[in-house]
Amino acid sequence: MGEYRKSGKGRVDHSEAVRFSFDGKSYEGLRGDTVASALMANGVHLLGRSFKYHRPRGAVGVGFEEPNALVTVRRGKGRMTPNLRATALEIYNGMEVTSQNRWPNLNFDIGAFNNTFSAFFPAGFYNKTFMWPKSFWDKVYEPFIRNMAGLGPAPTEPDPDVYASTYAHCDVLIVGAGPAGLAAAIAASKKDQRVVLVDENTELGGSLLGATGATIDGKPSEAWLAKTIKDLDKAQNVTVMTRTSAIGFYHDNFVALSERLTDHVPSLKPGQSREKLHRMRAGRVILAQGAIERPLVFNGNDRPGVMLASAAQTYINRYGVGVGKNIACFTAHDSAYQAVFDLADSNIRVAAIVDARKELAADILAQAQSRGIDVITNAVISKTGGKNRIKSIEVYSPDTGTKRQVNCDALLMSGGWTPSLHLWSHSKGSIKWDAATKVYLPDQANENCVCIGACNGDFGIKTALNAGSKAAGGRKSYKVEEADFGQGQIFDQLPNYIAPQKTKAFVDFQNDVTDKDIKLAVREGFKSIEHVKRYTTNGMATDQGKTSNLNALEIASKALGKDAPQVGLTTFRPPYTPTTFGAICGYRTDDLFEVTRKTPIDPWAESQGAVFEPVGIWRRAWYFPKPGEDMHAAVARECKATRDSLGIFDASTLGKIEVVGPDAAKFMNIMYTNPWSKLGVGACRYGLMLREDGYIYDDGVVGRLAEDRFHVTTTTGGAPRVYRHMEDYLQTEFPELEVWLTSTTEQWSVIALNGPNARKLIEPFVEGIDLSPESFPHMAVREGKICGVPTRLFRVSFSGELGFEVNVPAHFGKYVWETLFEAGQKYDITPYGTETMHVLRAEKGFIIVGQDTDGTVTPHDAGMSWIVSKKKKDFVGKRSLQRSDLVAEGRKHLIGLLTDDPNVVLEEGAQIVTDPNQPIPMDMLGHVTSSYWSEALGRSIAMALVRDGFNRMDEELYIPMPGGVNHKAKVVKPMFYDPKGERLNVL
Amino acid sequence: MFLIHCPHCQEDRPEIEFAYAGEAHIVRPGPEQQDAMSDAEWSEFMFIRDNVRGEHCERWWHANGCNMFFNAVRNTVSDKFIKTYKIGHKRPSASQIQKWKDAANG
Repeated sequence: MGEYRKSGKGRVDHSEAVRFSFDGKSYEGLRGDTVASALMANGVHLLGRSFKYHRPRGAVGVGFEEPNALVTVRRGKGRMTPNLRATALEIYNGMEVTSQNRWPNLNFDIGAFNNTFSAFFPAGFYNKTFMWPKSFWDKVYEPFIRNMAGLGPAPTEPDPDVYASTYAHCDVLIVGAGPAGLAAAIAASKKDQRVVLVDENTELGGSLLGATGATIDGKPSEAWLAKTIKDLDKAQNVTVMTRTSAIGFYHDNFVALSERLTDHVPSLKPGQSREKLHRMRAGRVILAQGAIERPLVFNGNDRPGVMLASAAQTYINRYGVGVGKNIACFTAHDSAYQAVFDLADSNIRVAAIVDARKELAADILAQAQSRGIDVITNAVISKTGGKNRIKSIEVYSPDTGTKRQVNCDALLMSGGWTPSLHLWSHSKGSIKWDAATKVYLPDQANENCVCIGACNGDFGIKTALNAGSKAAGGRKSYKVEEADFGQGQIFDQLPNYIAPQKTKAFVDFQNDVTDKDIKLAVREGFKSIEHVKRYTTNGMATDQGKTSNLNALEIASKALGKDAPQVGLTTFRPPYTPTTFGAICGYRTDDLFEVTRKTPIDPWAESQGAVFEPVGIWRRAWYFPKPGEDMHAAVARECKATRDSLGIFDASTLGKIEVVGPDAAKFMNIMYTNPWSKLGVGACRYGLMLREDGYIYDDGVVGRLAEDRFHVTTTTGGAPRVYRHMEDYLQTEFPELEVWLTSTTEQWSVIALNGPNARKLIEPFVEGIDLSPESFPHMAVREGKICGVPTRLFRVSFSGELGFEVNVPAHFGKYVWETLFEAGQKYDITPYGTETMHVLRAEKGFIIVGQDTDGTVTPHDAGMSWIVSKKKKDFVGKRSLQRSDLVAEGRKHLIGLLTDDPNVVLEEGAQIVTDPNQPIPMDMLGHVTSSYWSEALGRSIAMALVRDGFNRMDEELYIPMPGGVNHKAKVVKPMFYDPKGERLNVL
Repeated sequence: MFLIHCPHCQEDRPEIEFAYAGEAHIVRPGPEQQDAMSDAEWSEFMFIRDNVRGEHCERWWHANGCNMFFNAVRNTVSDKFIKTYKIGHKRPSASQIQKWKDAANG
């Protein structure tokens, strides 16, 4: 047991010792301790080094508000968590804790030279200093800053833990289980409603855990708390969640709750979730978040051993730990006296209480005197002594100019209280400035939500209990005997005889922001608190300024000569407490991070050793390499085999929409540029779809199966947006049309067969369809059977070869594919992937929407004026095509390029110029959109969008590449192979 | 995350089921009208949108629900939905919106 532990005192289990290590040294604590309380029990106050100046720091607080005491916990491979608050971290046997931001060790830290030279590190230092020369940024400045300033190191290994997540609902959600929250839960439990009470601490009680001595309804507060916990446990309609932080309050009472499940247990069971995120939708939210004590801003206020008075009070009452043996206190609020009395009553010597106020209530003074405590009013602390722990304070009385040194080993401070408005502000509840207490308080609610207790500015146990009961519809009036909470005075600046340049009074401990930094920001012209915050980084650390925001505001408003409300308050943003990425991701990691869609034929491709590529959210076979083949060789072979005999391709990912109804043709006329009314049943047509702005949106082949039924295909990636686009126009612009749309993408497997032997292959398997060219010409669709299963058989071609697209119900896809593949062996049937598909279509000059077009390409630009109906009165995009910019000369046109050197395959995306010797920046005409090696032509081919391209036929252009190589290429029509289309009609 | 009342489903559903679909009550001109419009007028229809601070009529799509588009009045400052209604209803007047607000506030 540590020498600062008070035997038998507190809520920790004195019968159960827990061993853990800090920076490699073993310590003993008790069951119920935090890292901070256990270390303090052993006299250790130095817990870390500060962010910028590497100053030694100890715990300032006792819970999640802690700005200083950040540590790293390691528990085996991949399980390292930096920046945890030692004050809220429960110990367990074998726990390994290390300090941060120090080298070589915590007691001697090289980086502390930053402190010596701190005059050179004022607010805005980084912005001002690391500016020039620019080339220094990557190699010198950034690594330097990253090494010297910082928090704990980021983990380098994958996190092996599981993080759970769930949606949940309740009638009443109560956040915070102090007296207000507990009374609300008790009152709510008596009604027929689902109640959830959450608290981020290990146990319920809030301020009752730290401040003991009151009686509630005739019982000591500890006994009342124990009974209340038991009552809530018994209530069937109440769920109590501890170790659960309400991290964010979103629209319509949607509150994110992050529950820590395993960080406090010594051994982990496999598969056990580390944390669980509850997405809670509540009918009503009761916020009882309490208030956080404010530090005082004085020279040397960051020395280890200087802490909030309420924190010291909690260490003694909850953990049985004296934060020192000879303490002092510096306060501007009555509440600190009770804390000092609690320590004094535990036989801790009190060296002095320094009160910045001129006058003090007589009864408080009397209580101090009865304990023999020296109270010095109208005085401040002008400096503190001690290296890694406070040893002395200098008490300065500004009116008389007297100075006096007082020795102490801990210093309690209190600058008053700040109600916690975080979640209230997340919910967009408005706040109002309370001039009397100089704090912001909740004003108008924006949700069905109420703030009660200390977070509403209502201090004291009785006030909180009664407010809690009332908020939950109860009428209980609690009988409470408690010490008067008292009052305080807010000081923006404490007087000091020492010149400001020789002092260091911290406002934001975690980001090392001093009062001077804030004043400097104001002097340099920053007037809004939001700008002061960003320039000084005050309140921007992981504690989000829980202890610093109002002190910063007070100092800034004084410097600006304005009232605080005119200067404003910075915005509170989720998360209230730092939250792991694991909790936010939940189950959505690895394979579940983004679901990969696979076609029914995908397993076959995988078994054949296909290489895959992602297309939209699909994975598609890219090419099928044979042993020893690279991609180039495989694609060349697949292309040749298809053009020579027969290729087979899985086109199942094509988007499909069934457009049905008496007005289906009318609707098609609106959605596509070309006409559909006269398309015969059983015929197909290529359709081009524009957005209303006149640019190409999608394309695909459409088959008419009946007068009132179209089988529409879309691009693979475009299917969802085309469907939405159609639904939008149908529902909102043309609701009078009797048309129904159904997405059928996943209902059909599509097997594309291309090559001169395509018909020969399928002929024996097809029933009910005459395949002869006369009755089944190119661009036709028939329904019948193939391999004994129903099919919609399209005679279409995206390769220029005789082609069929066999649509079968999805679950027959693999069977039909395997049957055809087996039978195709005599034609040397060759499976090909998306790369070969792209080459074959490029050889024919067919566009890929999104590759050869980019959302600014009109049909005319793409050389497809032929598909835009001149006769139709209306279609989506028609009017925009007449806009002056869209009919202007000199737009970019889609053309073909043939390189001078047939072996050069241009890079897609490469820029095109007329003269490669012109000065930089060159006049760029456009870029290469598609570029491949064409095995059929024995040379490279390319397509490009080039300014005024149609008027540049046979012109020679240049494609300059990095390294000084300039490729020369000739502009041609984008039709490289079989321009007459004779190969479609192979018999 | 909003709770949005779908006027077709007649129930409050979480925002993840919906997609925002831009400003409401912008009527696409018919073909004759289109031909009569100047480029400037057409651009106005195509591209110019109000950026309302306060009550805004907007379109939502119950994409992962009933698949219907509908309109809503929402306050862009408080982020509160005041009312959702079916496509085809006229743009609500200021007094109608006030009535809805009064009704919502009980």
